Amino acid sequence: MTRHIVIDPITRLEGHGKIDVILNDQGEVDHAYFQVPELRGFEKFAQGRPAEDMPQITSRICGVCPMAHHMAATKALDDLYQIEPAPAARVIRELAYNTFMFEDHALHFYFLGGPDFIVGPTAPKDQRNVLGVVAKVGVEVGKKVIAMRRAARDLISLLAGKVIHPVFGLPGGVSRQVRAEEQERAVQVARQAVEFAEFTLGAFHDIVLKNRQYVALITSPAYTHQTYYMGLVDEKNRVNFYDGAVRVVTPQGKEYARFQARDYLKHIAEHVEPWSFMKFCYLKNVGWKGFEEAPASGVYAVAPLARLNVSDGMPTPKAQAAYEEFFGTLGPRPVHHTLATHWARVIELLCAAEMMLQLAQSPLLVDPNIRNIPTAKPAEGIGIVEAPRGTLIHHYATDEKGVITMANLIVATQNNAARIAMSVDRAAKALIKGGQADDGVLNMIEMAFRAYDPCNGCATHSLPGHMPLLLRIYDPRHRLVNEIRRAGGFTDFQGRGAERAGATEK
Amino acid sequence: MSKPKVGFYWCASCGGCEESVVDLAEAILDVAAAVDFVFFPVAMDFKRSDVEAMADGAMAACMINGAIRSSEQRAMAKLLRRKAQILIAYGACSHQGGIPGLANLFDRQSILQTVYRDTPSTVNPGDIRPEASTRIPHGEVELPVLDEQVKSLDQVVPVDYYIPGCAPPVQLLKDALAAILTGRLPPKGSVLAPDKALCEQCPRAPSKPDNLLIDQFKRPHLERIDPEKCLLAQGFLCLGPATRGGCGWACINANMPCTGCLGPVSRTRDYGGAAMSALASLVNSNDEAQIAAMLETIVDPAGTFYRYGLPASLLFARAGANADKGGHEP
Ligand code: SF4
Ligand code: SF4
Repeated sequence: MTRHIVIDPITRLEGHGKIDVILNDQGEVDHAYFQVPELRGFEKFAQGRPAEDMPQITSRICGVCPMAHHMAATKALDDLYQIEPAPAARVIRELAYNTFMFEDHALHFYFLGGPDFIVGPTAPKDQRNVLGVVAKVGVEVGKKVIAMRRAARDLISLLAGKVIHPVFGLPGGVSRQVRAEEQERAVQVARQAVEFAEFTLGAFHDIVLKNRQYVALITSPAYTHQTYYMGLVDEKNRVNFYDGAVRVVTPQGKEYARFQARDYLKHIAEHVEPWSFMKFCYLKNVGWKGFEEAPASGVYAVAPLARLNVSDGMPTPKAQAAYEEFFGTLGPRPVHHTLATHWARVIELLCAAEMMLQLAQSPLLVDPNIRNIPTAKPAEGIGIVEAPRGTLIHHYATDEKGVITMANLIVATQNNAARIAMSVDRAAKALIKGGQADDGVLNMIEMAFRAYDPCNGCATHSLPGHMPLLLRIYDPRHRLVNEIRRAGGFTDFQGRGAERAGATEK
Repeated sequence: MSKPKVGFYWCASCGGCEESVVDLAEAILDVAAAVDFVFFPVAMDFKRSDVEAMADGAMAACMINGAIRSSEQRAMAKLLRRKAQILIAYGACSHQGGIPGLANLFDRQSILQTVYRDTPSTVNPGDIRPEASTRIPHGEVELPVLDEQVKSLDQVVPVDYYIPGCAPPVQLLKDALAAILTGRLPPKGSVLAPDKALCEQCPRAPSKPDNLLIDQFKRPHLERIDPEKCLLAQGFLCLGPATRGGCGWACINANMPCTGCLGPVSRTRDYGGAAMSALASLVNSNDEAQIAAMLETIVDPAGTFYRYGLPASLLFARAGANADKGGHEP
């Protein structure tokens, strides 16, 4: 009685993740396959393009995190032309980058991942969406979220030219100077951001952390994996989104490696499976041992939880206090509970906001010297940033005219791909019994990967709401015997919870 | 009276087009008051059969973003075409093929080889490639087959209007929605944006001489860029003369040249060709050789002039049509 369960974005679109659950003869889960059904080939068609076009071309990998690609590419150009960005440019870039991180994390918290906890994982579906969040935390908050998002995105447009897709990155600098009156505006937005982030952390506290059931869910074994963690840290081993060294810790929290961008190939490798277009990253020196936990396996994780796990602290005071509370509650470091990612994300939201304020107040922000002009002959350049969803690497080789001959891109979600696959497999095995699956099971499996905010091939671009899912059970002759559908929960702004479930028997 | 339905659907897109809709911000509430604004894949309990069950023309308008590159997307495009009175290609990918359309410069095999074999971090001793179907102990798992070519929406179904841009400027979306609601739409086939070149009314236009003397294009990362002066006059390759306005000079205001994301003005069919002749006409010379020498200094003509429009271009369309059997529907 082999059965085949497919969990697919209801749209069945390329670029969206897909999960195939394979049952054995007893109807138990043999394995769940997490698949990415799309490939666009940026690494190929980058070839022949001038390197200076990479920040604008590669941003089209993802319209949700275009700034991450734009910045990784711009930093790869700094390296390619061996030039440091002018001090003002560095401040402008970092301000734009932290504003982007803030805005993206806020979006995820309120629209995508947050509903699980704020409204509750077992709440009725039509409440488990952004409107449910608003009902719980107040209508004013809904307006606040929209206004905050707009203010942050307007600031990015001002600094970077366009928010979808930025244009300001040049090797050695940025294209546009910031004017004095614009600095006032930036400080104002940053203040608003800090207040917003503190409010959000407070809400998370009241609603999630004071609820024993939620805490039990976060720490339950179904959502726990012992793996390595990776993220960028500054010289004091604190979280940094824009720059630093890559630090890797073991599942026991010991530093396993700490390396500069130029050495990434010594540490990171990608494994190919025939059933997904996404390649799976692993630690080269530990090796690929399949979808297994540490210590034998080189599977590692990135993104908010991983960044906190690899860091000795946060670079800003309020986020530092939140970091201490996080590990005081769930610690010791590293925390292996995937669902704790939501909490880590809110702490990073606060960190990004505090960083925004520091940077916006810097006198260098309005310094007119925004560029160092490259003179070196280009050959090879590597740039790394922390995208909201984890470590992002751009690596280019060029001819001496600066035309790309090789591009290698390791996107955030790829680093997490093996662990996401494991989380999904674990959840499927724990929850699907005797071939039986219902809508509740769907949500629990969905929660396992929503915590990662997977942006598959940076192409999933899951918008506000729940990831739409389709679960299909096939009999041994591949006939459909049951189908459970679940639309996403991006309600249409009219108060109609559009998320509905329907089960159809065929 | 029920409100008109406006659908929104995505194909091979980066997500930027959806973000641009969310960027309506507070204005989305006004829109929602006037129309049933639905993101198909996520907002409705979307079943293909539900859309199939709709009466033909049940939607007042449907916007599709992203390029077309798989059989599934082709099928959805056709279905939505039937169900919508007005079909709108939203964003550069849908309009002209977009940046991912640059993949059409290469064949599928070489793309797979680069990604799964040649990239330096890939460790693939068995030379494995993603397969349409993989046998596993208890069955099979499947992946879609990639099309050989990326296509714009109108290469697959007839399109009524286009909203250009990568991503489209929010104002263009607001204007388009207002036009749909009031029924004040231009003739079919129009691009819903001002039919004026970006250069017209550009804040830097006063510093653009009538006769430009360009013998060599400068690359923006190697030279200082004057933040006031016309970029072409400074020798940077700005595509403003050939590109449709409507973005508020976003790149220009950031002191970077226009790369042409809004596509061509009016009915120019081949953007790249139009851009090249626009540039050639700016050169103060009748000497073909001199014009050719100037164009020679452009490092990557295909990627420059067809950055957003390779699939839709006349130059490359034919190869695309032939490469994909069954890809080019009426
Ligand atoms: S047009 Fe631009 S923003 Fe829209 S999907 Fe294509 S690449 Fe993304
Ligand atoms: S200036 Fe050109 S490339 Fe930039 S947004 Fe406008 S049309 Fe697009």
